[in-house]
Amino acid sequence: MKRPLEIWILLTLGLALSASFGVEAQEGGGFPTDNDVNVVAKKLYCPVCPNTPLDVCETKACQDWRAQIRDQLAAGWSEQAILDYFVAQYGERVLAEPQRGGFTSLVWILPVIAAAGGLAAMIEVVRRWKGSPSRAGPPSSPPPAALPEMDPEVLARIEKELEKIT
Amino acid sequence: MLNDVGLLALIIGFVLSVYAAAAAAWGGWKGRAAWVASARNATCLVFPVLTLSVIALVSALLRLDFRLAYVADVSSQSMSPFLRATALWGGQQGSILFWAWMMAGFVGAAVLRPWKRDRELLPWVIAVAMLTTAFFVGLSLFITNPFERYWLLPGAQELTRALVAPQGAMPYVAADGDGLNPLLRHFGMIGHPPTTYLGFTGFVIPFAFAMAALITRKGHEDGWIRATRRWTLLAWMFLTVGLVLGGRWAYDVLGWGGFWGWDPVENAMLMPWLTGTAFLHSVMITEKRGMLKVWNMILIILTYALSLFGTFITRTGVIGSVHAFAKSALGPAFFLFIGLTFLGSMALLFRRLSDLRTEHELEGVVSRETAFLLQNLLFLAITFAVFWGTVFPMISELFTGTKITVGPPYFKQVVGPLFFALLVLMGLTPLLAWRRHGLRSLARTTAPLLAASLVLTVGWAYLHRLHPAAWAGLWLVSFAAVSVVAEFVKGVRARMESRREGPALALLRLVGRQRQRYGGYIVHLGVLMIALAFVGDTYFKQETQGTLSVGEELAVGGYRLVFEDLRGYAGTDGRDIVEARASLYRGDRFLATLTPRRDFFVVQEQPVTVPGVYTTAAEDIYVLLVGWEEVGLQATTFKVYLNPFINWAWVGGVIIVLGVLLSAWPAPKAFSEVSYELRPSRLDRAGSAGE
Repeated sequence: MKRPLEIWILLTLGLALSASFGVEAQEGGGFPTDNDVNVVAKKLYCPVCPNTPLDVCETKACQDWRAQIRDQLAAGWSEQAILDYFVAQYGERVLAEPQRGGFTSLVWILPVIAAAGGLAAMIEVVRRWKGSPSRAGPPSSPPPAALPEMDPEVLARIEKELEKIT
Repeated sequence: MLNDVGLLALIIGFVLSVYAAAAAAWGGWKGRAAWVASARNATCLVFPVLTLSVIALVSALLRLDFRLAYVADVSSQSMSPFLRATALWGGQQGSILFWAWMMAGFVGAAVLRPWKRDRELLPWVIAVAMLTTAFFVGLSLFITNPFERYWLLPGAQELTRALVAPQGAMPYVAADGDGLNPLLRHFGMIGHPPTTYLGFTGFVIPFAFAMAALITRKGHEDGWIRATRRWTLLAWMFLTVGLVLGGRWAYDVLGWGGFWGWDPVENAMLMPWLTGTAFLHSVMITEKRGMLKVWNMILIILTYALSLFGTFITRTGVIGSVHAFAKSALGPAFFLFIGLTFLGSMALLFRRLSDLRTEHELEGVVSRETAFLLQNLLFLAITFAVFWGTVFPMISELFTGTKITVGPPYFKQVVGPLFFALLVLMGLTPLLAWRRHGLRSLARTTAPLLAASLVLTVGWAYLHRLHPAAWAGLWLVSFAAVSVVAEFVKGVRARMESRREGPALALLRLVGRQRQRYGGYIVHLGVLMIALAFVGDTYFKQETQGTLSVGEELAVGGYRLVFEDLRGYAGTDGRDIVEARASLYRGDRFLATLTPRRDFFVVQEQPVTVPGVYTTAAEDIYVLLVGWEEVGLQATTFKVYLNPFINWAWVGGVIIVLGVLLSAWPAPKAFSEVSYELRPSRLDRAGSAGE
């Protein structure tokens, strides 16, 4: 009875294997699953519809593109190679993330410069406001000697209370 | 007949608004009260007159009067009367009329308020606001007229749109219309345009007051700010609601599993919201400390110019392609008007710079003033980054000839850290005192909140241990939330101690007595909920796609989706529907049957993806029907998203509205303090009380 058992085991295994192959075939043949394709497609934009990422676009062109990505993945292309291929074919606009070189690098650099410039301007304004001569105050004002040693926390609390009133 | 009435009303509305602007400016310049009074009357008339125009158009849409080109474009027999009415803002011509109408409403309401203390501003408020209104009514009249008809010229292949018959042309009346764009048939897109336009047009009031204050050299007083505080708040609230509804629409209709895609049209709306938010905060410094006067002016000018820019982008399609811009006179006219508005108001501000000296010096670097400054800077930096990313494709096309794409990865990387910094400030600023604050006492007040937020974050981290990248974001949201809640707790405890009130009563009175402040904090809580949704969207979102036969399943984040069947049937309003049925399980527990669909609108040749969604407070399972085999209805492709926290975005929107309403709600006492006192006999007392 040994042999039939082996046969059974083999048969079951075979069935299970073929079944799983069947499922995989439907999902598109092993390695490049839909999710693998989407990982790459997410980084590309539809060439036809404005502002639509390739992984969600429903047009025929985009379906073909996704099929192409699948084929390229299956042929062992790296993600970068596929992206480069699409840029070479359709131009820089297919990339979701702008490149960091050439004229396009401006899109990255300028906000940083603007934010840094704004920060510098703000520090300058704060410095000027702090150091302006009017801080000396008119001579008629009572000498500040009365409260020099006041606990800053108490002061802050008083101010908070005052602010609540207004 | 009614169409002619609508057109006539539009003409009268244009004449009235031009007259009002001119008469008000003349009266203000020469000091002639009669001219100003006349301008005011004309201003009050513009809204009812334009209302006639709007009624005529809506009636044409309801009656399906296909003699009008606009009706043939956006309405159809299969649409319900409700949808037909909302088609008023479903297309170009209707939208512009709708815009002009709303703006006229705002301006009319603003001039109807009793003007007492700020009477000097009146002529210039009318002049500025009516000039803008005249521009939009003019657009509607001369460039995108909704009362145009279709004509067939002899020998021509295409129809011509015109108001009066071109020579030798035959009128063309369609048998049925094209109907509203299927993508727009959703409650979010029905509510989104009106709220957005209310937001955009609402900012004309603070802008007009600011310009009037500059012209009359009253810019150094904060009268214009106090007078427009509620208008600004309401405009901001509508803009926020518009943003949230737009996000909801995108989530339900566009079929990419998210609510914010950094699309140019979304960005166009976000920019005035950002500068408007900065403005709402910076005016507080002016009210409390008399500082930042020039800055406020710049912010309101920017906000208003960006509102116009937002309309420009959405209505002229300039971002989609530069050709759309050149195709009609709308783009150039808009461009010119925005340029003139911006440069004109900046020039005016520059000439009045000397009027706007600050009243107080900065006393301490660690103070609420500095925090506000920094926060303003961050808002502007974000605005600039968004602006730059939005217009860069055009700039690139202009200089290099190649149009590039600036997609979400750019915005997430550039704007994300700035928003994080804003969250830190949101948590810290309530703890800071005006004028100056000792670092040591700040550390002492911050420490317990920091500790509490860290404890919360450990909880988050345990729940979401698979996503360490999100912990920082979760901590920031927790910290800001703890800090806001602590403000409430502090206030309630102070009242309980000093007035011996119970906690509920103390909370009610605390919020009721200081609506502006606590309303603001409630708005902050709403914003934090939306921030939470963004954290979820950025760091936790999971998605998977797979092709299933009946009985097979897809798994994502502990959920299982089992494909049951697929069927096709005809819908009622001109759509063919393919609908899948799938059962959702969590482990072995059955949760729900989801029915993701693909609707194909036959006439418009447009597919619409309708997701099947399972919603809980913590997350959404969002299932899309991506594709199917025509034969045998086997092998159907699904895409499943797990969207954590997403529902907090909608809840946050509601909370923000509640907070703004609370903040803007007039306190009974305030009626006798505001400048527009209704009883003249008490004017003097009110005036002195308000100082």
